[in-house]
Amino acid sequence: MGTVATKLESAETLAEYRAAARERAARIDRVVRVCCGPGCIPKGAREVYERFVEAAGELADGGVAVEPKLTGCQGLCQRGPIVTVDPGGIFYQGVKADDVPEIWRTTVVGGRVVERLLYEDEQTGVKAQTAAEIPFYRGHHRIALALCGVVDARSVDDYIAAGGYEGLAKVLTAMTPDGVIEELTKSGLRGRGGGGFPTGRKWRSARNAPGEPKYVIANGDEGDPGAFMDRALMEGVPHAVIEGMVIGGYAIGSSDGYIYVRDEYPIAVERLRDAVGQARELGLLGEDILGSGHSFDIRINRGGGAFVCGESTALMASLEGRVGEPRAKYIHTIESGLKGKPSLLNNVETWANVPQIVLKGADWFASFGTEKSKGTKVFSLVGKVTNTGLVEVPMGMTLREIIYGIGGGIPGGKAFKAVQTGGPSGGCIPAECLDEPVDFDRLTELGSMMGSGGMIVMDEDTCMVNVARYFVHFLKDESCGKCTPCREGVAQMLEILTRITKGEGRQGDVEALEGLGTLLEDTALCALGKTAAHPVLSTVRRFRDEYEAHIKEKRCPAKECPGLFRYQIDAEACRACGICLKKCPVEAITGAKKTAHVIDLEKCTNCGTCFEVCPFSAVLKV
Amino acid sequence: MAGKSQDDLSACGHAQAGVAGIIERYSGDPGMLIPMMQDIQAGEGYLPREELKELARGLGVPLSRIYSIATFYAAFRLMPKGDHTVQLCMGTVCFLKGSGKISETIQKEFGLVPGATSADGKFTFAPVNCVGACALAPVMVVDGEYHGGLTVDSAVEILHRIAEGGGAEAPVAPGPAASDGPSAEKKGRAGSTTVKYTAEDRPDAKKRAKKKGK
Repeated sequence: MGTVATKLESAETLAEYRAAARERAARIDRVVRVCCGPGCIPKGAREVYERFVEAAGELADGGVAVEPKLTGCQGLCQRGPIVTVDPGGIFYQGVKADDVPEIWRTTVVGGRVVERLLYEDEQTGVKAQTAAEIPFYRGHHRIALALCGVVDARSVDDYIAAGGYEGLAKVLTAMTPDGVIEELTKSGLRGRGGGGFPTGRKWRSARNAPGEPKYVIANGDEGDPGAFMDRALMEGVPHAVIEGMVIGGYAIGSSDGYIYVRDEYPIAVERLRDAVGQARELGLLGEDILGSGHSFDIRINRGGGAFVCGESTALMASLEGRVGEPRAKYIHTIESGLKGKPSLLNNVETWANVPQIVLKGADWFASFGTEKSKGTKVFSLVGKVTNTGLVEVPMGMTLREIIYGIGGGIPGGKAFKAVQTGGPSGGCIPAECLDEPVDFDRLTELGSMMGSGGMIVMDEDTCMVNVARYFVHFLKDESCGKCTPCREGVAQMLEILTRITKGEGRQGDVEALEGLGTLLEDTALCALGKTAAHPVLSTVRRFRDEYEAHIKEKRCPAKECPGLFRYQIDAEACRACGICLKKCPVEAITGAKKTAHVIDLEKCTNCGTCFEVCPFSAVLKV
Repeated sequence: MAGKSQDDLSACGHAQAGVAGIIERYSGDPGMLIPMMQDIQAGEGYLPREELKELARGLGVPLSRIYSIATFYAAFRLMPKGDHTVQLCMGTVCFLKGSGKISETIQKEFGLVPGATSADGKFTFAPVNCVGACALAPVMVVDGEYHGGLTVDSAVEILHRIAEGGGAEAPVAPGPAASDGPSAEKKGRAGSTTVKYTAEDRPDAKKRAKKKGK
């Protein structure tokens, strides 16, 4: 893997290198792809991969050449670890290290299928042999993730064999910098990090901005909780990000690139570092790339665990070795960013789209999506949804298609309540909007935003006031403290929300929250502060009755806020086992053998222990 | 831009050891203060005062600036790390699936304090915003090892096992069915750690976990 010695001095030598890599790949009879994405690694995917490597060494069956690949995220995290075997695209799920010998004997060598490891639809019981037959994968279209889960995440040869750096070669040999920007503008690509600013226009401004040197920056500080798209990309196809950045450097006239990666993503850091090293060895980074005269190199910086550093000016401050405090953007970072020089910052997903666009053309890209939101978007579909995973779909797909079609709906027969998009700057979208198409503008109109692509599904058991409180608490911890509206306003909102969830809400609290929210929007310094009230405002707008119930009736309709609902034992269902009676910390439960137990509401502290321990689900929330 | 070729990593060989070596690695560029501090922490497990003073002298920047960085970024620690580092994910999905109650319980059981090391030196507790493994929520990462599909009981059990030196063994791999985990009666052990540092007021500790839909 990555046994690299040659420097590629021209597009032709790259093409030869690719041909050689493809020739080597053609001699492989079976490819085993083990998903080692964010969802599969913790479930033991690495051991599965290592067993395949061992098997390839030990059990190698004379004639069959087998290559196990360690790939990035293949999507269906819920059923991980995922292993696919080619030819045939046999899709195995929930694979454990001990399953490897059987897969090896039956599928890899024998060419037959291991039935028990196939995906089985929970409702219909129908088994699927390939990914294409699985409902989760219907409607997917991978552009940014095109090679994620396909190529070995650590191998530059694999990336090149699959067409990687072909876009770069095309740019360097056949396109002018203006031509690249033109193409990008025509494609309609908009920034994938949150704001959705037209990428072509941003690049144009960066090219026109006076000052030298210019900087190219990839924002990999994926701070939104519940989002792992960028992590999957950086871990699965690090070269796609690098290739996009080299193209960006060429287009705006920059030779200095930075990737700012979240410190909590150690695998992403490692992959990017290795990938940068490989690209340098091949001469795809460094001086005079492919003999074009364009020089570009990339440095990797790790973040320090501060959410605010996802904001462009804070990120640049952090890159300069300072605390990550944003500044007012009277002058854009395009003109005066890192070290006071013109700086082009894009999200890693945006960068990963670039090679595909220049290679396949703006028209191809623009053929996906809606009128104003072109292409596809990667989402992390998580929360109370049956199929948790990484999804890339054309813009304009409806929320229902994503949550029910791909996500398989809500587990446990529960009712859908809301979907939260856009992270702490976004909002909650209720059931009546499920048929709305997902694109930048529509989500904003719905009171939320695209954000980086986290999509968190909530069911009837989720208290929306508590959700708002969660986000505000998050933002209070993460507010950098530089501007007063954010520092003090968010803290005030948290206090009010905490009071409401404790049943101490007062008349006028909701109005106070709205007032504070508007104040933040108008006066906070940075985008994070301006949007900090969104989770509150969107839940007030959509779920005002829940707020009212907390405040006026001291009741939590979702039965989540302690003290705002009661526990009760269902006498019919109670089997008088005595478990809750023993576990109750305040001895509030009475009962005897064969007598249904009863909770003394005077003594009960609403700790929920009885609810947790009852083996017969006889403890109810009322 | 200086130092491009020798950038990025603690891994590359350097002539001098310690802080001087780290400064040299980044060509003494004060702009690379954060990576330098990350390297110090990677070596020492935290940011010792003496090292920071040396860094300030070596770079000619005020110690106050270094401390402002050390206290601004959550990843930096000013006190020694415990034997084990527990990162509990407090992301949205983990929150929805009950991380609040897990946090509350393990803090009580093991004398943990967010952002600090327990008095017995066993655990450094670092609640993090999101580890990006939402499919496994609620998730806890102990010494780099992921434990997913946690329940209050399983989290306590895992930490007891680790505290006793049993190692993490196999990470809890939650299938849709296995996610209720072992509800073993492993509690009530001497988790009698007193804590040097006052617990900050963390409202999330009071958050109630909810039982997952059955």
